[in-house]
Amino acid sequence: MIGLTATELLARLQSGQCTSVELTEAFLQQIDRYDGHVRAFLRVDRQAALQQARAIDRKRQAGQPLGKLAGLPVAVKDVLATQDDLTTCASRMLANFRAPYDAAVVAQLKAADAVLLGRTNMDEFAMGGSTENSAFHPTRNPWDLQRIPGGSSGGSAACVAASMVPLAVGSDTGGSIRQPAGLCGITGLKPTYGRVSRFGLVAFASSLDQVGPLAQTAEDAALLLEVLAGHDPRDATSLNRPVPPYHALVRQPLQGLRLGLVREHFAEGLDAQVEAAVREAIRVYESLGATVKWVSLPHSKYAVATYYIIAPCEASSNLARYDGAHYGYRTDQAAMLAELSAEQKELKKAGSPALDDLDSPLVRLYRRTRAAGFGPEVKRRIMLGTYALSAGYYDAYYLKALKVRRLIREDFDRAFEQVDLIAGPVAPAPAFKLGEKIDDPLSMYLFDLYTVSTNLAGIGGISIPCGFSSGGLPIGLQLQAPPLEEERLLRGACMFQQATDWHTRRPGLLAAVP
Amino acid sequence: MNQPYDIVIGLEVHVQLLTASKLFCACSTRFGQPPNTQTCPVCIGMPGVLPVMNAKAVQLAVKAAVALNCQIARFTKWDRKNYYYPDLPKGYQISQYDLPLSHDGWLEISDPKGRVAPRRIGIIRAHLEEDAGKSMHDEAAGRADSRIDLNRAGTPLLEIVSQPDLRSPLETRLYLNELKLLLGYLGVSDCNMQEGSLRVDANINLHVHTAQGKVPTPIVEVKNMNSFRAVERAMEYEAQRQYEHWQQTGQRLGDVSKQTRGWDESAGITRPQRSKEESSDYRYFPEPDLVPLTFSPEQVEQVRNSLGELPAALRARLEATYGLPPYDSDVLVNQGRALADYYIALAETCGDGKLASNWVQQDVLRTLNEQQATIDKFPVPARELGEVIRRVRLGEFDTARGRTILAEMLASGQPAAAVIQGLGITPVDDSALDELCRELLAANPKIVAEVKEGKLKGAGALIGQAKKKNPNVNPNRVRDRCLELIQGM
Amino acid sequence: MAISRAEVEKVSLLARLLLSPEELDRITVQMGQVLDYMQLLGEVDTSRVEPMAHAVPVCDVLREDAVRPSLTPQQAMANAPSSDGECYLVPAVLGF
Ligand SMILES: [Zn+2]
Repeated sequence: MIGLTATELLARLQSGQCTSVELTEAFLQQIDRYDGHVRAFLRVDRQAALQQARAIDRKRQAGQPLGKLAGLPVAVKDVLATQDDLTTCASRMLANFRAPYDAAVVAQLKAADAVLLGRTNMDEFAMGGSTENSAFHPTRNPWDLQRIPGGSSGGSAACVAASMVPLAVGSDTGGSIRQPAGLCGITGLKPTYGRVSRFGLVAFASSLDQVGPLAQTAEDAALLLEVLAGHDPRDATSLNRPVPPYHALVRQPLQGLRLGLVREHFAEGLDAQVEAAVREAIRVYESLGATVKWVSLPHSKYAVATYYIIAPCEASSNLARYDGAHYGYRTDQAAMLAELSAEQKELKKAGSPALDDLDSPLVRLYRRTRAAGFGPEVKRRIMLGTYALSAGYYDAYYLKALKVRRLIREDFDRAFEQVDLIAGPVAPAPAFKLGEKIDDPLSMYLFDLYTVSTNLAGIGGISIPCGFSSGGLPIGLQLQAPPLEEERLLRGACMFQQATDWHTRRPGLLAAVP
Repeated sequence: MNQPYDIVIGLEVHVQLLTASKLFCACSTRFGQPPNTQTCPVCIGMPGVLPVMNAKAVQLAVKAAVALNCQIARFTKWDRKNYYYPDLPKGYQISQYDLPLSHDGWLEISDPKGRVAPRRIGIIRAHLEEDAGKSMHDEAAGRADSRIDLNRAGTPLLEIVSQPDLRSPLETRLYLNELKLLLGYLGVSDCNMQEGSLRVDANINLHVHTAQGKVPTPIVEVKNMNSFRAVERAMEYEAQRQYEHWQQTGQRLGDVSKQTRGWDESAGITRPQRSKEESSDYRYFPEPDLVPLTFSPEQVEQVRNSLGELPAALRARLEATYGLPPYDSDVLVNQGRALADYYIALAETCGDGKLASNWVQQDVLRTLNEQQATIDKFPVPARELGEVIRRVRLGEFDTARGRTILAEMLASGQPAAAVIQGLGITPVDDSALDELCRELLAANPKIVAEVKEGKLKGAGALIGQAKKKNPNVNPNRVRDRCLELIQGM
Repeated sequence: MAISRAEVEKVSLLARLLLSPEELDRITVQMGQVLDYMQLLGEVDTSRVEPMAHAVPVCDVLREDAVRPSLTPQQAMANAPSSDGECYLVPAVLGF
């Protein structure tokens, strides 16, 4: 069963060729074998998963109606709240937090009779592109355990790539589904902003965050998106539009497809092997009858700067709630008070005027809690966002970025007057080594240059495997579509996968694991 | 006025809107419940949950803004005001910053006692925002922890910011009275200061008259005022304090940063408050979790047409229709729409507006005061009381008897007719009165003679005798009839 | 346009973070680099551009004013680091 797609597994479950318990046990076995090396999961809910699987098998035997994912194991990024269960966001801050509510998508997965196998690792609060920023442990790329799986949904991408689960849910604020999908050789889709409810998705940057599927194929991604998508009155930004039957439609190729290539994407900074793979993918599309057109997104060079102002600004506010007052981690209060009175004594003795500026116990509680509860990348972004919103800098940074954001969106609107889909690289290079960029935030941020504009514009994008580097690392192709054209994205991706077999390749390294 | 300065006051008033649920979640807004029994993941600010706007709060806010003659924004949005405080669980308050729901309105104030001329006080803006929770600290407990109750967190507030148009503590109180009255008439807020559903912060400074012209003093924000009277007293105190301070220091506006002072009710003074750390940098930015609101001119017109009669118009109508003096119309209207309606029913039934007003002021309001009740709890229907007053007006019995009847109606809960009957009060018709008067005159020739000589004093004795014979007679009518008969003799 | 260490320290208070001297040094350099990169936006003419705060142009999403059950205090404070069962507890709120 391992190695089959979710669509194939679903057919087997439906025809009675296997049970959900068998399937769940098979994937749990995969996890036992490989996750010690990959470390894609933060928690595997073995007992609960088997219990769910049994219940679904019983329902099936009894001939009761079943959900769209009935019996299929699904892994969920640990950024989505699950009632009475932990939701950590891979942060010390929420290491023990139990939400009294289900995220909308978690509730939808449960209603679709999915088997929730476990929670996947991520960059803390979804901030990062390597999953090295997890407070618990990094995740490794199944294609090369010395390399990062991408991020922030690195756990979700790696567990699908390593066949530890057929489907996974991630979130994408600036590329956090597409980039790890690309670096791990799987399919990942970031829906149009508002297509999927954000209720229960722990916010990083609210105007950019979207939940989406990670899977082996576009067909599988269509299956999962159909369950995730839909209107939710609890999310005011969720779109009240019907959800097409993506899964039923996905195998229909797009007739007369006009594919756009962005001049600015093929500029300096793009790895030669990535460029070659992407150009080869375009030729595949041409062979399938697509016409290729060059378009321009003149403001794309500003996307990273724009994104790294807007996202940290929103994050600095979204993460203000983690202060140790109402829930989550709190610093040792007695130690804090001792520290403070020692400082007070010191300053008094020295007759220092800094005594007047000494934190109050409450302020010091906040500061110590947040200093110990957050990791370095989260702190960096909070600092950046706080600064960019503060008096005297707002206009130059935040307001400016919001204006450039509109120009970026308008670039896409104009491009989509000429083409149906835009195709290009997902990331400028294949996966880098763990630790390689950890002390160089700017170069880490620049790695996001092809993905962030999708989020800024609020449109949809998908990443599909389109080749390998000489070192055997996966290379991804990104397709972008106008708002609410997920069906077009999926069909466009599926027609490529019907003509190629990149998506069927599995990491060989795992075979070496005893 | 001979004070050597002008007082300049602007108010920031927060009123709680009369919604059943909070502004962005479905928790109840009921006052006085045990701590933390009215909270949910949204108003606790738990991770991942999202706010959704309460339609009623928006509707009430627009209603108030239209009644305050404000321009309603065609496009308004929400902003986050960022600051750390334990009663603010998200670390930001959802408010409105640069595009408020409404702006540039006015409220007319007038003084029924005529101490200040009627004036329009400008309204800079009125916008929606969510309330914070409550932090409680027991000073006696020393360094013990503060306790946080989030029941109030997320309750809808309308912030109404006036222009610095108020020129005296009295005007300030009149403005607050009129604002409270208006919002009560609209059903927008109950404006109960004790329960915190109306809060006032005042900005005050002086323009001191000097030989070089008027010199503005630094602006002071005064907080912690728990009643309208307290606001008035605080403004009186603060004006005096600022004048003395100016005389000592000569500090002008701009010389020092704005100070915040708290009103100490028992001491009757204001004291400086430590300002909130970093309070100046709220880092406002558009709330990404909420979408903007739009209002078409048609929608605004619809709201305008649905407002009903507002206090100022009602006062004018009472004066025109029932011939009331401004003082009376003010007293009646200021008690709220329900009492004004009661008055109108009374005036219509009894047929004399001024008489009805006297009864409301002297009898109805006194009773309500004694019972600490509102007019909807007053057990005597307006028609019943109106009938009693009508009969007083027609001379069937005097005011004193009318009051006895009302007292009995209040005590027994019985309708007027039953009470009148129970008291043995039957109207004395003209022929019976005539007969009684003739009997009296026949029995008192001495008094008749005195009256004929012009000594009317004797008539009083006739009334006393008449009441003994028949307690139901109206003394005035006895007197009038007797004099008539004597003249004809 | 580098940022000074003193400015970074000020921002750390605004953000309620306590940074060690080493962290302050490192973050001052890193923020400086990132902010320098942001100067790129200066070359875009945005004088006639409306800011875009939301990804989708949706307006007027409202809910009915209906009360639904709240959490019990026990549920609400199940995650609280410190409470007396009735209220959340925090170090004394001073200065008000
Ligand atoms: Zn609530």
